[in-house]
Parts: sequence; C-alpha cells; structure tokens
Amino acid sequence: MKLIVAEHTGGKLTKATLEMVAAAQNAGGEGPVTLLVLGQGVAGVANEAAQYAEQVLVGDSAALAAYNPEVWAAAAAQIAQEGEASLVMIGGSRSGREYAPRVAVKLDAPYLEDATSLSVNGTTVQAQRYTYLARVTETVEASAPTVIVTVKPGSFAPAAPAAAAGEQYDVELELPAARTQVTGRSVEKTSRVALTEADVIVTGGRGVGSPDNFATYVEGLADRIGAGVGATRAVVDAGWRPYAEQVGQTGKTVQPKAYIALGVSGAVQHLSGMGKSKFIVAINKDAEAPIFKVADYGIVGDVNQIVPALIEAAKK
Amino acid sequence: MNILTLVRQVPDAEARVKVSGSAVDLEGATLVIDGMDEYGVEEALRLREGGANIETITALAIGPKRNEDALRTALAMGVDRAIHVETDEKLDAVALSRVVAQIAQAENITLILVGGQEADWDSQALGAATAERLGWPQLTWTNELKIEGESLSGRHDVDDGNESFSAPLPAVVTTQQGLNEPRYPTLPNIMKAKRKELRKDTLDTYGAANTVRVVNAEIQTRARMNRVIDGKDPQAAAEQLLDLLRNEAKVLA
Ligand SMILES: Cc1cc2nc3c(=O)[nH]c(=O)nc-3n(C[C@H](O)[C@H](O)[C@H](O)COP(=O)(O)OP(=O)(O)OC[C@H]3O[C@@H](n4cnc5c(N)ncnc54)[C@H](O)[C@@H]3O)c2cc1C
Ligand SMILES: Cc1cc2nc3c(=O)[nH]c(=O)nc-3n(C[C@H](O)[C@H](O)[C@H](O)COP(=O)(O)OP(=O)(O)OC[C@H]3O[C@@H](n4cnc5c(N)ncnc54)[C@H](O)[C@@H]3O)c2cc1C
Repeated sequence: MKLIVAEHTGGKLTKATLEMVAAAQNAGGEGPVTLLVLGQGVAGVANEAAQYAEQVLVGDSAALAAYNPEVWAAAAAQIAQEGEASLVMIGGSRSGREYAPRVAVKLDAPYLEDATSLSVNGTTVQAQRYTYLARVTETVEASAPTVIVTVKPGSFAPAAPAAAAGEQYDVELELPAARTQVTGRSVEKTSRVALTEADVIVTGGRGVGSPDNFATYVEGLADRIGAGVGATRAVVDAGWRPYAEQVGQTGKTVQPKAYIALGVSGAVQHLSGMGKSKFIVAINKDAEAPIFKVADYGIVGDVNQIVPALIEAAKK
Repeated sequence: MNILTLVRQVPDAEARVKVSGSAVDLEGATLVIDGMDEYGVEEALRLREGGANIETITALAIGPKRNEDALRTALAMGVDRAIHVETDEKLDAVALSRVVAQIAQAENITLILVGGQEADWDSQALGAATAERLGWPQLTWTNELKIEGESLSGRHDVDDGNESFSAPLPAVVTTQQGLNEPRYPTLPNIMKAKRKELRKDTLDTYGAANTVRVVNAEIQTRARMNRVIDGKDPQAAAEQLLDLLRNEAKVLA
C-alpha cells in the first residue's frame, strides 16, 4: 500500500494532506492509497479521509491526544511494517519533517525529503526537491521495499473526493510514552487565506515601520485587492506578525501569480521562498535594494506615501 | 557531561551556485561554516559559561576535506576538540546518523547539537535520525535552551507557534537563528585553536552506506522585467503600477 499519514487540524484534513493523496494517486506504483489518521476523537476526520482514500486506518486513543515525534514515528512505522507499505508519505511541515527521519531509521528505509514531484517505478522512487536556497532543483532517487517521503506543501493540486467512500479500519498501536513534556504553548493564528493557496500575496518587511503600519498598509492593501498576507523573518522575529505568515528559507515557499513586497530588502533567504512567483512587485525607498533585481515592477518610494495611494487607486 | 556539536562547511548564502553536468559544482564558491550549525557551537559554549557542568565540547564533521575549515572555526570559537570523519562519499542523513550515533556513544555524549536545516541541501533530517538511532528524545527548532541537572528545558517552534518544553537527557537538539548571537573568533583564540586536537577518522568502521542518489541538478531562473517607476509623485506611480498589474500582467481585477 501507499501509506499517507494524514495531517489534520480543527477536525479537518489539511490541504497538504489532499495534496499528498493526489501525489500518491498519480505517482504510479502498486497498492491502495491508504490514509492513516492519528489522534483522539478523530472519527470525523476519518470519515472525511474515507472520501479521498481507498482505505483509512484509524488510530484513535488518549496516547495520541497531542503530537509527539517519538509517538507519531512509532505509529507510522508500525503500520508501514504491518501493511508492507512501499511508500510512506508524511507532510513537509515542521512536525512531519521532524518525525519522518525517525520512521526511516526504524524501518531502515531511504528517506526523500521535501519532495515537489514524485514517481514510483517498481521499487524505485524518484522525487525532485529544491536545494541551495531554492536556486537548484535536484532529482533524487532511492530503491528499496519501503521508501519514506515528505512532501512539500503547495507542490501538488489537492485530490477531489472519490465516487465511493473507502473502507475504515481501527488499528491497535503499540506506542511509547512521550518523554518530552510540553510546559507551555503559544499559538499563532492567522484568519486569512492560507499563504500557499493565495493567488496574490502582499508581504511586509521591516521597512513598513511598525505593527500598526503593517495593519494599515499591508493588511489594508491585501484586503482591498483580496490577497493573502506574508511577512519577512525580520518582522516575525520582532513579534509584529505570526510565523504562519513568514515567507522564505525557514518559512513558507509560495508561488502566487503576483507577489507584492512592501519595505522588503530581498535577502537571499527571503527570495528562496518567493522567487518562483509569476510576477514580483517591489516597493522600497532604496533603489539599490536587492528585491528590485528580481522584480517585474517596482516603485522606488516611501511605503507611507505609495501604499495609501495604491489603496485609494485600487478603489476605482 | 560532554556535548557534541555538528558542523559543516557550505557555500555562503550569497555565493553564486553553478551546475556542471548533473551536479552542483562548488568550485570557486566562498565557503563558510553553516550558520545553523554555528548557533549550535555558540550554544554549547554558552551552556558551559552559564554554569552547566560540561567537561568536553567536541565538534564533529563528516564529509570532504573542506569541512576541516568549519572545525577550525568551531575550535577558534572555543570548543575543546574536533573530529573529522573525512570522506568524499556523499551520505544521506539516514546513513550519516549511523556515524554520528556511534561517535556519540564512543565519546560518552549527553547532548548533541545540530543545525536545524542545512544551508545547501536544505535537509532537516540528521538530528531526528540520530536521536532515533540512539533512542533519545529530540527537540527541533530550538530558540531557548537550559540544562538543569539531568534535564533540558527551553522553548522551540512548532507547526502553529511555539512551545516551552522539558525533556530528559541525553537528547538531540536542533538549533536555529534567534537562539543566540554567535561570537567571532578572536585572533588569540584562532592561534590557540591551532594547538587543539583535530582527530582524523575514516568512514571504514561505521557501516554507513548511502541510500539516496542524486540523478540530476538544474538551475531554474526566470527573466524579470525590472520596470522601475519613480515614486516622487505617489499618486501617479500608484496608478501606473495598478495599470500594469491589471492590463499588462493581468493579475488583478
Ligand atoms: C538561516 C537564516 C534563515 C532565514 N530565513 C528567512 C526567511 O525564511 N524569511 C525571511 O524573510 N528572512 C529570513 N532570514 C533573514 C534574512 O536574511 C533577512 O534578514 C530578512 O529577510 C530581512 O527582512 P526585511 O526585508 O523585512 O528587513 P530589512 O533587510 O531590514 O529591509 C527593510 C527594507 O525596507 C526598506 N525601507 C525602509 N523604510 C522604508 C520605507 N519607509 N518605505 C519603503 N521602503 C523602506 C529598506 O530600504 C530595506 O530594503 C533568514 C536568515 C538566516 C540567517
Ligand atoms: C541524499 C543526498 C542528497 C544530496 N543532495 C544534494 C543537494 O541537495 N545538492 C547538492 O548539490 N548536492 C547534493 N548531494 C551531493 C551532490 O551529488 C554533490 O556531490 C555535492 O553537492 C558536492 O558535495 P561535496 O562532496 O563537495 O560535499 P558535501 O557533501 O556537500 O559536504 C557536506 C558533507 O558533510 C556531511 N554532512 C552533512 N550533514 C552534516 C552534518 N549535519 N554534520 C556533519 N556532517 C554533515 C556529509 O557527509 C557531506 O558529505 C546529495 C547527495 C546525497 C547522497
């Protein structure tokens, strides 16, 4: 089987999970596409999963109430082994990329990380991935009875529900006790279009000046033109914006039709996350800012003056 | 307690990358210690300076000769000794973790610090793979770290925010920007570092075989129009930009 560990939040499958389903359906290779749903009280998620996968395996227990890398790795490895999975697919999120290597070591299996494409031919799995700050696209390959893959979010079009619902099975898992204690949590929420889904993104950098200006200019423009909101790491580190909005090497990789950067210098680590956008627009008061080198359109000017004019002009 | 901190020598972020044939060619690129690893070296030193009872801090690199320079940097920053498993063989993280785990055991290590993400290959896998081999817990994307007796505590980034944690030692911790501000090696320390131990080792005894092949590498660039508008008249500039976005690029309604 082709095993996918479902990611879900707020009782729903994530878009990244549906992308993995599509990747598995189109990759070739044999065996049913199988979603493994882990958590506590996940019957609703399992029902939703059955709309997309041929089989759904459900691990529903108190031990799975909260994510822990050792627990998740044990569950995925056990099911992969019992089900003789040829492919184990895990989301390319922070958590996915932190427990997937453990699954690979447990199963003594090769691990292809952060795949943007996927194809299976017999026991050989081939994937592409971005390296060198996304300037290089590499093709990597592994041959083994089981191959572990993490899939980069936003790389595949999400699967549509199937005509017939898949079968659901409860699974009995042998799980280790979590050794890491979570002693506090701070959740960052953003209520906007997910960045990896937005057609247009307005991103603010330190040049925007302050959290208040960010709301007025970046969110103001985004709301006016129906865009998602992004931020540079400088702005996230300063606590102006949540990490969920960070674009770049250590944030999200986005490929919108238009990417509008306000007061962003264009550091290589930022370009790594948005350099594949169709059109890039930069507004920066420094004509020498590196962002202009990758921009299709730019205005050399002060965001305090240009952005209000843009918001006003966009009303017409 | 002994700390192992992993380092690599990688192309500088600003370096131009080229591809020769089907692989990335580093010829002529400026090479530096991977920034993410540097935070690990710095953190090991700070844990000691902060009073944790740390006997030896060892820097480890596995890879081609150029990694010696990363080890020299770590020694000059203040680690006690270095080990270089020198090989031109390309090892994936799962294979590498075999080597790291065996060295951690031989060196009686209690805490391993690894960069959270490789600057060149972008991999985040080595820390977790090593933790699994050793049967240790792991903490990734750490931005605050304390040792209290036999346990670790701190804060790290997770999918939707960040968490404070405590975990038993031994453990693997991955490091990132924000954890600390790495020091610059001073000239006297660079001189002193030359007399510190840098042990050479080979891959032979570790039984590490690569399982991932790189079959192709390509550089994709997109030509950009670079149409820059002077913003002296904000209103005119804004209208011109909107017109381009609506009627030329056709990305706005
Ligand atoms: C390992 C590592 C990983 C990283 N990962 C990321 C990442 O994922 N994402 C990311 O974004 N960064 C990342 N960074 C940080 C990156 O190197 C830059 O520091 C960061 O992108 C800079 O953010 P900025 O453009 O907002 O700020 P700055 O570089 O400070 O740029 C501000 C810009 O605003 C302009 N400006 C100032 N005032 C005005 C005004 N009134 N009107 C118009 N323009 C104005 C300035 O000319 C300047 O160009 C990473 C760094 C490291 C080392
Ligand atoms: C699984 C895999 C993935 C690869 N991915 C890429 C890629 O994305 N881009 C690319 O250009 N080339 C990649 N290569 C190798 C590629 O074929 C080129 O040969 C390579 O870029 C040139 O590398 P090098 O031998 O000069 O040194 P490198 O291999 O780049 O030198 C780094 C060395 O450090 C070691 N190392 C890695 N991580 C750590 C760590 N955390 N701590 C200590 N040591 C470490 C490795 O053994 C590695 O050999 C990959 C190879 C493999 C096996």
